[in-house]
Formats: sequence, structure tokens, C-alpha cells
Amino acid sequence: MKYIDEYRDEAEAKRYLSAIAATVTKSWNLMEICGGQTHTVVKAGIHEMLPDQVTLVHGPGCPVCVTPLELIDKALAIAARPEVVFASFGDMIRVPGSKQDLLTVKAAGGDVRVVYSPLDAVKIAVANPGRQVVFFAVGFETTAPANAMAVLWARDLGLDNFSILSSHVLVPPAMEAILGSPDNLVQGFLAAGHVCAVMGYWEYEPIAAKYKVPIVVTGFEPLDLLQGMMMTLAALEQGRHGVENQYSRAVTRDGNKGAQEMISRVFQVQDRAWRGIGEIPQSGLGLRDEFEAFDAERRFDVEGISAEESPECIAGEILRGLKKPHECSAFGTRCTPDRPLGAPMVSSEGACAAYYQYGRAG
Amino acid sequence: MSEPDFLAASCPIPLDEYPTVQLAHGGGGRFSHRLISDMFLTAFGNPVLDLLHDGAVLEVEGGRIAFSTDSFVVKPMFFPGGNIGSLAVHGTLNDVAMCGAHPLVLSAGFILEEGLPMEDLWAVVESMGRAAEAAGVPIVTGDTKVVDRGSGDGIYVNTSGIGVIPEGIDISPVRARPGDKIIVSGQVAVHGIAIMSVREGLEFETALESDTADLSPLVARVLDSCGDGVHVLRDPTRGGVASALNEIATSAGVGVLLDERAVPLGDEVRGACEILGFDPLYVANEGKVLVFVAPQCADEALRAVRSHPLGEDAAVIGEVVDEHPGRIDMRSRVGGIRVVDMLSGEQLPRIC
Repeated sequence: MKYIDEYRDEAEAKRYLSAIAATVTKSWNLMEICGGQTHTVVKAGIHEMLPDQVTLVHGPGCPVCVTPLELIDKALAIAARPEVVFASFGDMIRVPGSKQDLLTVKAAGGDVRVVYSPLDAVKIAVANPGRQVVFFAVGFETTAPANAMAVLWARDLGLDNFSILSSHVLVPPAMEAILGSPDNLVQGFLAAGHVCAVMGYWEYEPIAAKYKVPIVVTGFEPLDLLQGMMMTLAALEQGRHGVENQYSRAVTRDGNKGAQEMISRVFQVQDRAWRGIGEIPQSGLGLRDEFEAFDAERRFDVEGISAEESPECIAGEILRGLKKPHECSAFGTRCTPDRPLGAPMVSSEGACAAYYQYGRAG
Repeated sequence: MSEPDFLAASCPIPLDEYPTVQLAHGGGGRFSHRLISDMFLTAFGNPVLDLLHDGAVLEVEGGRIAFSTDSFVVKPMFFPGGNIGSLAVHGTLNDVAMCGAHPLVLSAGFILEEGLPMEDLWAVVESMGRAAEAAGVPIVTGDTKVVDRGSGDGIYVNTSGIGVIPEGIDISPVRARPGDKIIVSGQVAVHGIAIMSVREGLEFETALESDTADLSPLVARVLDSCGDGVHVLRDPTRGGVASALNEIATSAGVGVLLDERAVPLGDEVRGACEILGFDPLYVANEGKVLVFVAPQCADEALRAVRSHPLGEDAAVIGEVVDEHPGRIDMRSRVGGIRVVDMLSGEQLPRIC
């Protein structure tokens, strides 16, 4: 299949693997930021094929995993209301809140629907004027433009029955939080190609300069990842830092200006709590005041809900790359995709689920 | 002394997890499996059922018969390539065939919702009649119930089937043994993706049609040419090829090694799976069979499958191994090894 097969070629993969083996002279820790990249790494078995000196640390780039427990509890409270149609991306449906998940709310009679686009949620609102439609707007910079578009569309249509529960997060502040942490292990980054397709990569240049790390914008197919790793390792071995672009077929330095304008029309940057990591300053997007009518947290008065994490789940250490999933005492026993204790075991992009699903061979 | 009361003491499925039935309990993956093993086998367990084969194989005077039942709740009831009626006939014919049997007769049970248009019911029934006639297997008994509007979803169909197992044929999941080659009869994931393409809220344009088909003639060809060399037959419906292989590996206590590049996959299905984020190994099929065959018969079995129009794209996708009993490993396209686990939860709700 065009644009897929050429990035999954075994002979090419072998070539990159030998080039990587010939390049590394000491141990390096690389972090792939995005959960989609973690998924490819584990699904293709790449982590098993790398030389021992190269350790992949799986980053926090899984929107489902870093959505705060408190916000999930708010989602559950809203979804359980009889007048509400609660629309969400599929992955969020099984993320456990403090006591239940959206599937349980659905089985108890809640109207919970999986949609593939926030614009579909707007269509549901148009078709059901007597119901309140709430879209669970999670994600990084990649999903923000479509969510912004949904809000703008709802406003243009004059809808008073559409709102979003927003939990948008931003990659660069999270990278800074990881690099600035005293126990940081990460020496080079594979930046998330899809985020950069929207935002460009100019934002990463000051980070690379400040912390003297190589950052390589990387795609999602096996060969993209191998090439991104090769570029990062070559920079590390040569003592170079700065931003390079492996994913040039999709990413430019400036990114998609139209999408960026759409985001800033609807959202403003604000402090945001990350599940398992804590609050990171200026790391999220919230609705601007002029769009507060579309803010589900205000519309449904759930601002008082608070929650505490399972003490056994070490998602925070996983998401910061301090531990691997199988180093958790609950991994694969008390915590499985059927009965997840924490979000990284739920989403297919979560590091724990990827290890459980594909990685137990090792 | 009273009869033992299995269920009153405590429900074996932890109530603090899911106190109510979830859609995933019918999804064919690990949730379904746990419901069956923890609840149904606790209540009904017996040597025939415990095998968890597609149907029951029963010794009767003068030979062996296969008996199987299946219920159909697919939504929408009409889909590209078929409808709930033809699917219900093919599904049970296939379950009987997967026991190595020639299907003899079928039953049909209908649960209809008040308000279902007669025209729709006729379209379903008429297509069931045609499917049964094409297979040469009559529907010899049936039942109809009607429920209040809002208590059903238009139409649910149950079919059961009985078949006769020829002498010298012994098909059972426990017969998978190291060295066996695994053949799949054609492109995988077609039914599930065809259903997805017309599901409300997800419609996308494709020329794909469900692969729903009666596999019993194809199975008969394989059995005619390889006889006892055929060890296991399974139609990978809900939960797809991955779930079927996991069930067989667990039953037989063997491992399986797959080759990702060998799995037949059409471009349209691949494209849809890439976009929707599905793994085609977990997507349902309704006209494909997995054949576990002794290595010395593998070439002949593959020729037999390919000689049937439904098996033109058949391929050997892997083999049974001694190592890692109960686990499926797959060599990825780039040469890495990964585990192909039983599906957790569900990928696609209600596809058969």
C-alpha cells in the first residue's frame, strides 16, 4: 500500500539497525514523546532489535493517559445526567475514574457515544435540540484545531445545547518539565511528528539550546522511528544539539498557520494538571472567556469534584520515563487492560497497554 | 440433600469491577471469554462443552454428530454483501462445518420488535431461505416471539444446526500440535470493516462487501484431500483471527508463530484499519476458515482450499510451535517479534 509499505520495509529496517549499531559507542537514553510512536515501537518489535546501549524511554504523549482523574470523574458525572449525550473519542470510554468508567455509565443508561470527529458531536447537537451534547475534548496540539472548529461551528449555528469538556495539553512545556527535573534520564528526544505538523518545530529550538539536547521531529512508521533514532544518536555521539526534521514529508518549521490561528481564536494557554505528573505551568489550553458558554465544566456545575489516584499505580514514573511498565508491581497482575488501575494501561497509546498487548515476548 | 447451588454463594465474576453486563462481554475477546469460563462453565460445565469448540461433537449410535447454535444481532440488519438472515444461516452452517461435519438441518428462532416493517422481515426471511437452499440444508423447525417496541432492535435471529461427521475425521482444538501449518482461506477483516462502513456515525465510502458465505463445501474439499491430517478448523468471527488463535493455543497448550507479511489483507481493509486505528487481526470475518494441518499435508491442503472460489487468496500464515504455550507471537513486517494477545474489551460492537 502506497505511503505505508515503503516505511515498513524489512531490508531498510536492517540497514538502519546496523547503522545504529555502528554509530553508538556508549549508552544513550532516548525518549519518544508520542504514544503513537510507542505503539509502533512495541508493535513492530523495534525495542527488541536495538543495540543494548540504546534505551527507549516512553514519553507522556498519550492524551488519554495524562488527562487528570478529576476531569474523568467530571466527565462521568456529566455523562450520567439524563439530558446529556456524551460524545468522546473511543479511547476515553474505558479510562477508569475514581469508581467507574464511561462504559459503566453507558450500561447504566447514560447516552455515551463514540465519535471520530468533534464535528460529528456538533451534528448530534443539531439533530437533537432537546438534548445537551457534550464532547470530551482531550488531546495535544493535534486535536485542538478540530475541537476549536467544532466550537466555532456551534457558535455560528447558534447552538445552545453543545459544549466541550476541555483537557488540552501542550508538548513543549512537558518536555521542559522532564528536562528540568532533577532525576531526568533523557538525553535526546524524538519529537511527535503529528503535533509538529500543526505547530511546526520552531518552539523546540530554544529548548534544544537551553538544555543542550538533540530533538528530532519524527514520524510514526517503523522506518521513520529508526531514522529518527539514527539522527538523534548521531547527534549525541558527535556532541551536537539542536532540532532536526526526519518527518519532512509532513512537517515544516512553521507548521500549519491556519490551524494555529484557529486554536488561538478559541483557546488560551493556561496552567494544566497532568495525570501522574502534576501541574505544569502554561501547559494546557482552556476556552477563552468569549466562549465560556461552550464550557461544559461551567454549564454543568462540576467544578467542585475532586479525586485521588490509586496509590499502587506508578503512572507518574512511567510517564516521566523513570520506570518501565514491567517494573510496576501490579503490571500484568492486578493491572491489565481488562482491569486497569491507571490510564497508561487503557489507551492503545499508553506505554503499559503497549507492553501488555505486544511486548511480553521479552 | 439439595442440589448444589453454584450461583447463589457468590458470583464468580468480581462484582466490584462490572456489576452489569458490558457490550464487551459479547465482543469475542477476553471479556467474553471470562464470562463463558467463569459463569457459563461454572453452571453448565461438562466434557463436551468444556472443549469450547464452535459446536458440540456427540457420539450417537452409528457415528458422530455435530450440534451448534448461534444468535445474530448485527446492526444494521442490512449491510453490503448480506443481511442478518443470510448471516444467520451461514454462521451456523460454518460452526457445524468447523466440527468437520456435513450440515444436515437448521432451526431458526426470531425475536421481532413490534413495529418492524413486514417488508424488512420478508427480505430477511427470503434471503435465509435462499441461503439454506443454496447450501442444500433445510430449515426444519423454528420459533417466533414479538417484544414491545423499544425492547428489541428490530430483529434478532437464532439458528441451530446439526451435521454428521464422516468416519476418520477428528477435528478438535486440542489436536493442534507443534509443526502444524496454519492456513487462512482468504483476506481477513472484510466483514467487520464492511459493517463499520455503514454504521451510523462512521459511514465511509468503500466498495467492500461482507464476506458472509457458507464454508461447508470448501471445508469438505480440504477434508476429502487431507482427512485425518486436518487437526483444527475454526471460523474467526468475533474477535478475529487473533482471538481464534489464542483460544486454540490455550485449548491445546501450544504456541503459535505468525508471519505478518503472509496474512492476506486487501488494500481497502488495510486502509480503513490504518485510518480507524484497528488491528485487522482482531476484526471479524464471516466467510473465512483457519485450517491447522499436519506439515506433510500442508501443500495439499492449501491446494484444496485454493481450488474453491472462496479460497482463492488462501495462504499459510504461520505454524504451531513448542515454545510459549498459550501465546501467539508474530514476526512483524520489519522483522521484530510481538505478542498477538486476546482482544481486551471490544474493537467493534455488535458485528455479527
